[in-house]
Amino acid sequence: MPGMTLSERILARASGNTSVRTGQIVDGHVDLLYMHEMLALAIKPFEEIGVGRIWDPSRCVVTIDHWVPPPNEQIARMHQAIREFCWAHGIERFHDLGDHGIIHQLVVERGYVHPGMLVIGSDSHTNMAGAMGAFAAGIGVTETAAVMATGKLWLKVPETLDVRIEGRLAARTGAKDVILKVIQTTGDDGAAYKAVEFHGDTVRGFPMNERFVLSNMTTEMGAKAGMIPADATTGRYLASLGLESMALDADPDAHYLKTFDVDVGGMGPQVACPNNPANVKPIEDVAGTKIDVAFVGSCTNARIEDLRATAEILKGEKVSPRVRMIITPASQAIYRMAMKERLVDVFMDAGATFTSSTCGPCFGGHMGVLAPKEVCISSTNRNYPGRMGSPESQVYLGSPYTVAASALHGEITDPRGA
Amino acid sequence: MTMQTRFAGRAWTFGDDISTDHIIAGRYLGSMDLKSLAEHAMENVDPAFAKKVRPGDVLVAGMNFGCGSSREQAPVALKGLGLACVVAETFARIFYRNSINIGFPVIECPGLRARVKEGDLISVDLDVGDVVLPSGDRVAFEPLPPNLMEILKAGGLVPKLRAELAAKAS
Repeated sequence: MPGMTLSERILARASGNTSVRTGQIVDGHVDLLYMHEMLALAIKPFEEIGVGRIWDPSRCVVTIDHWVPPPNEQIARMHQAIREFCWAHGIERFHDLGDHGIIHQLVVERGYVHPGMLVIGSDSHTNMAGAMGAFAAGIGVTETAAVMATGKLWLKVPETLDVRIEGRLAARTGAKDVILKVIQTTGDDGAAYKAVEFHGDTVRGFPMNERFVLSNMTTEMGAKAGMIPADATTGRYLASLGLESMALDADPDAHYLKTFDVDVGGMGPQVACPNNPANVKPIEDVAGTKIDVAFVGSCTNARIEDLRATAEILKGEKVSPRVRMIITPASQAIYRMAMKERLVDVFMDAGATFTSSTCGPCFGGHMGVLAPKEVCISSTNRNYPGRMGSPESQVYLGSPYTVAASALHGEITDPRGA
Repeated sequence: MTMQTRFAGRAWTFGDDISTDHIIAGRYLGSMDLKSLAEHAMENVDPAFAKKVRPGDVLVAGMNFGCGSSREQAPVALKGLGLACVVAETFARIFYRNSINIGFPVIECPGLRARVKEGDLISVDLDVGDVVLPSGDRVAFEPLPPNLMEILKAGGLVPKLRAELAAKAS
């Protein structure tokens, strides 16, 4: 029997097969289904299917993240519907306002994702959970309803791209810069319908917070899943939550559609320019571009390590008077850590604003929507036209270091000199 | 339920990498209402688009149509406009699944985009797997796999599962 990639191994197990081949359509039995506000929209189709009860409420996780706290009555009604649905259907892992976080962060920091799981989420950045050695893919509203009813979904076993990252990065350069470089290499559809596996010394050396960034933005390569083998780093992360782990990798003779060797030795910060996440340039080429808003937030880059990086740059400095800086942690747990570490003091002393955890500004929802002509440097994941507000606004994507350095100078700035 | 599998309509053409942010902006995501979403379809690209489309028209696009978020409001908005289907060189995967799941046909037809001009009257046959151009030329595509055709012909995933459940109960 030929060797299997990580996704083939997991999809074989989750579909009750000893092996699977690429292109085969299997019924995957879902180990973890997680949902945010899209659950409110899935209630009606779920009820129309007519099963009456959720296949297994203990395998579901729900939080609210896109609009927190609710900015208007329509969203408040959505949250109300979610709350009542979770209570009625016995979903115990419902993290309501106060206990909330951006769902991709929440499911990993609570230890809900384990190596080898088939994870399905009602959001495109579900790929992030693949950093735990899981197969994690996003779906829409109707299919969320179907998985709640049946516990399974059809999946075409994807071909796998092997992305091998080697080399030692320059100072203040990290996983965000690496993944932007990878997206530039593959294009924003370079992994369409495919799974991505990350290998190489650089990836092995990354702690979990950096690995999450890599898997998270495989979505911007069009990938179905973005996976990192579970190793000692994964084990330590789960151990810190009091949980056991297991190592999980592809078979040594696994077949990959294509291998990308990405040498990041000495590479500095990268920036994705409007209006496509694959429109990536080295920071030297865009330095000096004037900005109006600087945003550190989202599932991609708003973990405690990202907030520490932001504070490292802002400490004792002032945000340019022409710039509004918004910092939004990825979860309530991170919010509290930032307070305890006095990072919030640093942010406020610098003139930035620090908000409750929400996806809000990243998708132009609330809490930092852009006006026409405004230019934003953002630690988020997408910059398609109108992504963060007005279709006439512009978004540059970079690391928290780059966002913070740019906030101080009012223009895109290389954080290595800040 | 029998679903129409042949369509003829005017083509609306778009380029590559039309994202879900292009198709329906983030500010409209609180609802799944067909009509109100349709009014804002493609607003970030062409604010007048919703007014110009007539029921039965066909959207023809390039590579990676529907990339970006998982928002099902994107295909819902296009379906709400009365578009018969979207024919693209390639689709982003979640948009593709969402479309099939709501019973909205999406077809990958490599090589078509360059041969279609805005306003061309084209016809699409889902069963045969071809698009007929105004010149009479045919561009073939691989018909949808049987499991997806089944969902589409049932009118979407919800009616399909409901029917299966009813069949099991009887």
